[in-house]
Amino acid sequence: MTHATATANAMRPPFPTERGVEAYNTKLGMWVFLASEVMFFTGLIGSYIVLRFGAPGEWARPGIVLNIPVTAFNTFLLICSSVSMVKAYAAIADGNQKMLKVWFLLTILGGAMFVGVQIYEYLHLVHSGFVPSGVREGSELAERVANGTLPAATMGLYGSTFYTMTGFHGFHVTCGVVSMTYLFFRKVLPGKYTQQDYRGVEVVGLYWHFVDLVWIILFTIVYLI
Amino acid sequence: MSASATGLRSWLTTTDHKRIGLLYFWTAFVFFLVGGLEALVIRAQLAGPNGTLVSAEAFNQLFTMHATTMVFLALMPLTAAFFNYIVPLQIGARDVAFPRLNAFSYWVFLLGGLFMNASFLFGAAPDGGWFGYANLTSKQYSPGLNIDFWLLGLQILGIASLAAGFNFIVTILNLRAPGLKMMRLPVFTWMVLVTQFLIITAFPVITVALVLLMFDRFFGTSFYLPAGGGNPVLWQHLFWIFGHPEVYILILPAMGIVSEVLPTFSRKPLFGYTVVVYSGVLIGFMGWGVWSHHMFSVGLGPIADSFFAATTLLIAIPTGVKIFNWIATLWGGQIRFAAAMKFALGFIAMFIIGGLSGVSHAAPPADLQQTDTYYVVAHIHYVLFGGTVFGLFAGMYYWWPKMTGRLLDERLGNWHFWLTFIGMNLAFFPMHFIGLLGMPRRIYTYGPELGVSTMNLVSTIGAFLIGIAALIFVYNMWRTRRHGAVAGDDPWGGATLEWSISSPPPPHNFDVIPTVASRLPRWSATQLKAIPEGAETAAPVHVPAGSWWPLIAASSLPIMATGAIGRMLPVVLAGVAILIVGIYRWAYEPFEA
Repeated sequence: MTHATATANAMRPPFPTERGVEAYNTKLGMWVFLASEVMFFTGLIGSYIVLRFGAPGEWARPGIVLNIPVTAFNTFLLICSSVSMVKAYAAIADGNQKMLKVWFLLTILGGAMFVGVQIYEYLHLVHSGFVPSGVREGSELAERVANGTLPAATMGLYGSTFYTMTGFHGFHVTCGVVSMTYLFFRKVLPGKYTQQDYRGVEVVGLYWHFVDLVWIILFTIVYLI
Repeated sequence: MSASATGLRSWLTTTDHKRIGLLYFWTAFVFFLVGGLEALVIRAQLAGPNGTLVSAEAFNQLFTMHATTMVFLALMPLTAAFFNYIVPLQIGARDVAFPRLNAFSYWVFLLGGLFMNASFLFGAAPDGGWFGYANLTSKQYSPGLNIDFWLLGLQILGIASLAAGFNFIVTILNLRAPGLKMMRLPVFTWMVLVTQFLIITAFPVITVALVLLMFDRFFGTSFYLPAGGGNPVLWQHLFWIFGHPEVYILILPAMGIVSEVLPTFSRKPLFGYTVVVYSGVLIGFMGWGVWSHHMFSVGLGPIADSFFAATTLLIAIPTGVKIFNWIATLWGGQIRFAAAMKFALGFIAMFIIGGLSGVSHAAPPADLQQTDTYYVVAHIHYVLFGGTVFGLFAGMYYWWPKMTGRLLDERLGNWHFWLTFIGMNLAFFPMHFIGLLGMPRRIYTYGPELGVSTMNLVSTIGAFLIGIAALIFVYNMWRTRRHGAVAGDDPWGGATLEWSISSPPPPHNFDVIPTVASRLPRWSATQLKAIPEGAETAAPVHVPAGSWWPLIAASSLPIMATGAIGRMLPVVLAGVAILIVGIYRWAYEPFEA
């Protein structure tokens, strides 16, 4: 059976016992939740745009404070974990328990590594003197501000927006990793998902792709521009 | 556990939408009285020139808490009480889509409200106004705990509203009875749906605003601090991008209630159902494009001002359409002036006045004269008191018999209505003139030379009349609890499904889920015969047992906020731990079994 027909057939009975739209309750709930998440990140990103373009002076050029190659690798990791999530979903849609376990675990690992790299990045940045309030006195970056290679006037905003946006994204990834770990041990490993009912995989997958998508936007506007 | 379960435990663990609706109602009603008391102290202070009842500092706390309480702790939750109680009944469902999430919403709301009001115990109630403009709220200008209580409390309350929003959207879209197509939904349910979409999209924006403020105050960021390159006007944009949809979050449910009450007491279907529904949806969309009319005095430039003036004028059109439809519903009807109907008619009249003063703000030159004066206070009270509160009172008289099984007394209801109606016009109409004569809002006193002393006294008398009317209503609720006329299933001859079951309804609502074939199922002769008599009723209907985990998960939020207020990291972490355990146990609790 192809994946598409598997979805079409398997996702109907038994669970759309609900009348109404063509999405079961938790899936519809997740979509609605993601709609509010879109507004949350829109608020954050919109604030960033307003603050950056209204800033009193030039913004630090890309690559001077942040390590782009490391985060580019991290972005790659997160995109891979989105792919493995799709593979996990496709596996259980075809009733393949073994591959579900493999791909689901890889997704968790990808997310966990992303968080790990982000923690490493934060520690490194704080060590170099880049903190939410700007640049720490007496640090490596403070010297660069003093010798004029970093703009003094906007570093406070840079720190504020960088840590807030990437921090909230990292928090979302962490929540995803924690929930997927719960699901892995309580549902995936004991083989509770079947070809007839794999709602949990689909719903957590929606969340995971959303988090991934947000990161692609954040990586572009925070690191590359 | 059966529905007849009583006692404290059954209420703490309940997931029954009707019980949660009652909890919302009583909690919000108490907050409504608290907010009303704050208003009476404010009016007593302003009764004459150079008042000395309260200090300027206390006055700041009073007006901030009056508005915050009324908007977030009284009016929104009172509408939520009706969402909870009535919507599942109107769509023929046995509960909401996520019953435990519903309980969670309520407990978060209650605990958030208590947290916010606990600030009074520390003498540090929020004092930055209900829209808390930056940079007045910065650490530099507000060093106390007042603003911390405010921003943490509002974040908690936002979670309650968001969780309820997800729940009700799924409920309305997915749990409709067979045959209940979207364009057969009762208008109240439709307006609830639009409201919930506004909530789930608007509350994230104020969450962002509050989070950025919190980081500025706690972690030394500089989002709103000009000294660090930040932008105080950003706060105004974020707040009003939330704040204007919030206005519709407050008024649309009231419009929905009125759209139920008017047809029932005119014995006529609502005139132009489709247009009323589409107007509500249109208001929901257009509510997103008008926020900067709150900010004309910022000086955003002629292009921005013109744009927002135009959109603000445009939004009056769907609102006006609704008003004409309501009036046309009355035309030629057999009108019965019950208390619910009086409040619904009062709603139309008062909301027209509030709407007209709103249109006068749409013109930037006029608005510059009116902004931050009592004219604005007059406007907001005509739409929120004359509008939302009148709509809520109409809903209370209308659905009280369904919720309690007894009718509220009509004679007391008559007194309640007329005292409220006269009181509100005495209280708020003079404020238009007080404002245009130049008295600014949020100033704790005024001098006799301003020439507004008499009008302020009249306003205060009106406010106390409203207070007396509220006491009459409380007495009415207390008295009819035992002595009210027994309502029966359908005391008003209503058209919608909630009137087809007993009052109060059994825990599972419907013995057999009805099949709906029209917009007014109880008014179509053949309708509801579709229910097979006794055939399937023998099957026992499963009612889920209660759960402690929503309450436990909800309790983590005020714990975290308390830790944040006291700058105690271990307390915050303890709250996080409770939340994680609560959600984990919740997720794997055998709830359906």
